[in-house]
Amino acid sequence: MSEIVYGVLVAPFRDMAGSPGFLAEVVIGGVFAGLLYSLVALGFVLIFKASGVFNFAQGVMVLFAALTLVGLLERGLPVVVALALTAAVMVALAFAIERIVLRPLVNQEHIILFMATIGLNFFLEGFGEMLWGANVKKLDVGIPDRSFMMGSIQVNQLELFAALTAAVLVAVLAVFFHGTRIGRALRAVADDHEAALSIGIPLKTIWVIVWSVAGIVAMVAGIMWGAKSGVQFSLSLIALKSLPVLILGGFTSVPGAIVGGLIVGVGEKLGEVYWGPLVGGAIENWFAYVVALAFLLFRPQGLFGEKIIERV
Amino acid sequence: MIYREAGQFKTTYASDQAVFPIAQDRVVVGLAVVAAFVAPPLLADEYWLQAVLIPLLVYALAALGLNLLTGYAGQLSLGTGGFMAVGAYAAFKLTTAFPQLNIILVFLLSGVVAAAVGLVFGVPSLRIKGFYLAVATLAAQFFLIWLFNKVPWFVNYAASGTITAPPRSVFGVMVAGPTATSQARYVTALALVAVGAIVAKNLVRGRVGRSWMAIRDRDIAAEIIGVRPLRTKLLAFGISSFYCGVAGAELVFLYLGSAETLAFDISLSFLVLFMVIIGGLGSILGSFLGAAFIVLVPIFLTNAPHLVGLVLPVALQKEMELMVFGGLIIFFLIVEPNGLARLWQITKEKLRLWPFPH
Amino acid sequence: MSALSQAGPRPLLEVQGVSVRFGALLALNRVSLQIGRGEIVAIIGPNGAGKTTLLNVISGFYHPYEGRIAFEGRERTRLAPPDVAALGIARTFQNVALFKGMTVLDNIMTGRLLKMRGSFLLEAVYWGPARRQELEHRAFVERIIDFLEIQAIRKTPAGRLPYGLQKRVELARALAAEPTLLLLDEPMAGMNVEEKEDMCRFVLDVNSEFDTTIALIEHDMGVVMDISDRVAVLDYGQKIADGPPEQVRKDQGVLDAYLGVSHE
Repeated sequence: MSEIVYGVLVAPFRDMAGSPGFLAEVVIGGVFAGLLYSLVALGFVLIFKASGVFNFAQGVMVLFAALTLVGLLERGLPVVVALALTAAVMVALAFAIERIVLRPLVNQEHIILFMATIGLNFFLEGFGEMLWGANVKKLDVGIPDRSFMMGSIQVNQLELFAALTAAVLVAVLAVFFHGTRIGRALRAVADDHEAALSIGIPLKTIWVIVWSVAGIVAMVAGIMWGAKSGVQFSLSLIALKSLPVLILGGFTSVPGAIVGGLIVGVGEKLGEVYWGPLVGGAIENWFAYVVALAFLLFRPQGLFGEKIIERV
Repeated sequence: MIYREAGQFKTTYASDQAVFPIAQDRVVVGLAVVAAFVAPPLLADEYWLQAVLIPLLVYALAALGLNLLTGYAGQLSLGTGGFMAVGAYAAFKLTTAFPQLNIILVFLLSGVVAAAVGLVFGVPSLRIKGFYLAVATLAAQFFLIWLFNKVPWFVNYAASGTITAPPRSVFGVMVAGPTATSQARYVTALALVAVGAIVAKNLVRGRVGRSWMAIRDRDIAAEIIGVRPLRTKLLAFGISSFYCGVAGAELVFLYLGSAETLAFDISLSFLVLFMVIIGGLGSILGSFLGAAFIVLVPIFLTNAPHLVGLVLPVALQKEMELMVFGGLIIFFLIVEPNGLARLWQITKEKLRLWPFPH
Repeated sequence: MSALSQAGPRPLLEVQGVSVRFGALLALNRVSLQIGRGEIVAIIGPNGAGKTTLLNVISGFYHPYEGRIAFEGRERTRLAPPDVAALGIARTFQNVALFKGMTVLDNIMTGRLLKMRGSFLLEAVYWGPARRQELEHRAFVERIIDFLEIQAIRKTPAGRLPYGLQKRVELARALAAEPTLLLLDEPMAGMNVEEKEDMCRFVLDVNSEFDTTIALIEHDMGVVMDISDRVAVLDYGQKIADGPPEQVRKDQGVLDAYLGVSHE
């Protein structure tokens, strides 16, 4: 019994302290994974903040964007053109989603819209695979996957680039939401569709804008993930992983998505490396969800989310 | 007018509360049930029994369970696969440890085990609602699958990591194992799902069903009129997991013969959820219609191209299946959020009036 | 003729110095109210005065951060809503809170939930005790349906009813619980003159035939003057008047509140 207590409460920390360089590398690896979760979660937050819809298909949009980009690159298009075209495809997708899925369901309850996005998820999965094939693809955007030494810690160039991109993206989006007129309109729409309509906010345009932005965020996330681990189906499972991120960070908070992603990414890696061997490994599969669940029990609105006051 | 209810007056509340108040309905349904028990074993070929009817009945039972939880009680769950796995592994352990135990009893006991697990994962539902609850059930799904993967005790230390249904018989007829005929397995599955449907119907038309629907429709008002939310939600989780557990056991013992955890992963949870959405949330009949739909669509997609002379590669077929599923979900949600069951109800109402428009 | 109780037997409901706060907003500020058995008490006041909050506190939906509430002489300030319902307090809501997915009959039957006994296993089998109980309660609910004259719509899904009928069904659901105290939150809102007359008649009948004590929030002064024994006036979370209708209508503080004379 005391062995178990020792194993859970003491040994992992002793290991961490024992080789801080290794710890730093694990943490950095976790930060990278976390940033990618954050990018995907960001897409969720944008759509939820602006339309109240929980877009289950966000992960598959990441996959779809990455597949499109790779497909175009494989056909010999230069990187810049391919990027622009992929962005255009995501915008077209946003138009299509608004017209076919969102507009007919505009007054339905959120759970119906959520289920519609589950349907969208499966549709895009099949569609993407049909268009571009199901093989794992290598994505090369011109950034070498090399490591260099920073002091005594190994840092990967690609991961660093991804971190910087994510940071810039978040800053841009934060300014967009709080600084601009459109950002304000988006927040109004998220609050109450009908009220927003009644004061003249063009719902359709707003939705297309939001889903396009989310699509582009998905593209960035797709590029980062794809460059690191290849573009493949499992990318869409990232969406599921982002749910705990959203729970930790709150569904409506941009900084929350970042913080939540980092917590999940780092937490998972630390958990797997230091506690995983105790139970046979592979706890990454469920660790994030259980943490999120525990969190939900004590603070249902997440770290940054708004407290929900129910009225009768 | 195909049939009318004009002239059939109810004189007692009892006859008004009956499940099939119209006499013609009672006759038709009675005949249909008898036919279901008799016709397929005598007439259907092996393919239809093994590939269509048996999985349909197994999935229908799981869909019933999920419908009770999500359709009637309004608690969204993505953990169906995990609960079915609990039932399957519990059944395997029970029957290998106590081979003389009647297999039907084993199924029911594994349902109880699954119900207990369901209760545990249902506890968060008091504090957590809607999508958040779905995430909690995902925790259940991933954790349970990991558990069955990691702990070799569950598969009796088999190197292959699979569980296999040993030969078992009921009243002298083999219903599980290599020698069980598909007819025997069909009848067993049918009997179980028929009882399940009757019990489910009894629950939903009485006090339990009303308290579930009250929580679903307006949980705060429900509390204020006296519904105890935790008790009601836990009952939903427990009963739903019981159904899913029995269905999981059936999946291995009556349908697949052997399985590993992959058979119970997240895609099974989504599959059953689709059955419930397409069939109709909050409808017993809908669970069957949805299960039939999900079982038949891939078969249709496999065979339809042949009928028009096209030959499609397997990968493309799978992709089209995904697209069709996804598209149909969206279609149903737009056109009839209440699913096939509601479409059926509208059809019946129109048939009662036809050829008059209203 | 309503059964008034003056001083003497304990009041049915005692709210003493109750305060409720939402963050920085003080929704109720040391409100005290007594309701005697058999009375019809109207609670009036400008919008946002805290009337619904008062009902919610009595229902157990909010817990006051100071003060106490006693029902039938027993302390019960911090009970949860289902426990409050079990004591015999039923209510209707400002925005009708019917269960839209169920029929009218099922909605009213939910009002009987507290009176229904037996485990779910009996329900699962149905034939036997569960069925008998179901039919008994059905018979009782049918009497309420007759009383409120809603026989024609008993199988209609509640979501499809017009507003006035929904309010009546909600009243039926509250009555199905055989409450000792009935709290009505704007039962006449959105009704035309005829509907209001019907509703007034029902309220008075409920009070006289079933001896139910009634507290209602109402904006229509005509209704208030006609049917209530006593009127309590709230403004900005405080009670500013309490007495027979004639007296309250002439109270200067009340007139100021309604006419919008500014005060801190």
